[in-house]
Amino acid sequence: MTRTTAPFGRRPAVVTAREEHGAYVVIRACDADGPVPRAGQFYMLSAAERWGGGEGERPFLPRAFSVLRARAGELHFLIEDVGPGTNRLCELGRGDRLNLVGPLGNGFAPPREGGRPILVGGGVGIAPLAIWQDELRAGGTESPVLLGFRDAAHVHGAALLTNPTVATDDGSVGHHGLVTDLLEDELDGRADEAEVYACGPPAMLEAVRELCAERDVPAQLALESGMACGFGACFGCVVPTVDGYVRLCVDGPVMEAAALADASSVGSSADAELRGAGRR
Amino acid sequence: MTVDFCGIELAHPVINGSGTFDAIAAHRAFGDELLERFPFAAFVSKTVTLEPRQGNPPPRLWEVPGGLINSIGLPNKGLRGYIEHDLPWLAELPVPLIVNVMGFSRDEVAELVAAFAERPEVGALELNVSCPNVETGLVMGADPGETARLVDRVRQLTDKPLIVKLTPNATDVPAVAGAAQAAGADAVSLINTLRGMALHPKTGQPWLGGGTGGVSGAAVRAVALAQVHAVAQAVEIPIIGMGGVQRGSDALDLMRAGASLVAVGTESFRDPAAGERIASELAELLASSAA
Repeated sequence: MTRTTAPFGRRPAVVTAREEHGAYVVIRACDADGPVPRAGQFYMLSAAERWGGGEGERPFLPRAFSVLRARAGELHFLIEDVGPGTNRLCELGRGDRLNLVGPLGNGFAPPREGGRPILVGGGVGIAPLAIWQDELRAGGTESPVLLGFRDAAHVHGAALLTNPTVATDDGSVGHHGLVTDLLEDELDGRADEAEVYACGPPAMLEAVRELCAERDVPAQLALESGMACGFGACFGCVVPTVDGYVRLCVDGPVMEAAALADASSVGSSADAELRGAGRR
Repeated sequence: MTVDFCGIELAHPVINGSGTFDAIAAHRAFGDELLERFPFAAFVSKTVTLEPRQGNPPPRLWEVPGGLINSIGLPNKGLRGYIEHDLPWLAELPVPLIVNVMGFSRDEVAELVAAFAERPEVGALELNVSCPNVETGLVMGADPGETARLVDRVRQLTDKPLIVKLTPNATDVPAVAGAAQAAGADAVSLINTLRGMALHPKTGQPWLGGGTGGVSGAAVRAVALAQVHAVAQAVEIPIIGMGGVQRGSDALDLMRAGASLVAVGTESFRDPAAGERIASELAELLASSAA
């Protein structure tokens, strides 16, 4: 697996831009001295102010986000407001300060010689696929990009990738149904040499895992699980694999689908916000 | 600002709480910079048990105001796996190694202590007594008699400093600390996490895979201070104080309450290098209070 090691410790970063994409916010932060992350790696983010600094308030722990893009010394993160941490991060604007740790974890491994990547994303899970598509295209590989969203407010996220095919749960845009319907069509058309890269909610990842397992198509899944630290200290983010529990932060977040018995048992979108008094 | 702790010289008084920092995993994340700037004056291992453990089913975490509840379940490679895979690596750390052990009976703890007693890589041993003795059904560290019998049993097995990690989930923590001292413990450490629980917002069933968990973070700081203060009145052996330490001033409070060393736990989750910052803030505070 591919990883860039992180500078030790938390470092400050100034927000350089905040963009709204329907239900999502993209925060850009200046990290000019930081290393360049690999696609699929993540950062632990917290706001420098109003983040557990006072007594007895949430959010307390940093939150994990796959990097959306890294360009010209800036890191881009895709955020959906689903709880106290993401809510606070979505408030940040130009000039506000973040703390970040990263890049952390294992990124996507490149396709084998002659492999045909297919990118499959759902919801806020499209983030690592954007940087991965950039890298593949820079290497001369144009790949199908299949993205699924809940509704018209969320489908704005699709604009962050190039030439995606879109599905929506409510049929407001594109295919009325699941992104895995699109993947099934794609694999039924041609499965040989296909290699799937997927990130999204647990049910989607499990459907991707099953589809790929049935057709003997290798798949790399970028998973999400609530984590306190991001660097292997807390043992909170374990996911069940065929070899027992592993820590997603150091042995993932990108996992070979074949290593997972059931991807739907892993985390959930709300996991990223550590429940508590989360709004869901 | 070197500190003598039970005959071990430490560069400063800040170490980590057991189970809150995995030096091997952190090295994977941060590379050699971790070793060049190792944030603690000694490294305390995660709890080692006789047999390997997978730990509790997820979910394992729940954020609370000013902290979190964890229900991890002591996953570890077991004694043999630890000695084979982890110990050689940890022996290369730039700081002394303290190994934390837990058994489900006095015999199990004795086997663990005896195994580490002969390892020169190990500077000291810490006994996690927050565990029920399967033979008596009593949590070893919740009862002074249980604690005394345990320490008495293992004391003869090693010359290494023996630290008893006290649980705050006891009726009379100073009495347990006193029993540990009387049975030959060289130091006590406290507090471990406070037992806590979270319910699923919709079903009302326990949220954490392990049912209950342990609360840590800023939320427990005042409890830690009170317990360290009370234990300091009851024992003369050194105390490692911990619980919600986020700043040098929190560490100073614990030392003023009677701690010789201070451990950082949950704050390392928020900033991997927190120990380094807290040690430096503490040094400044100690220097200015001495002036």
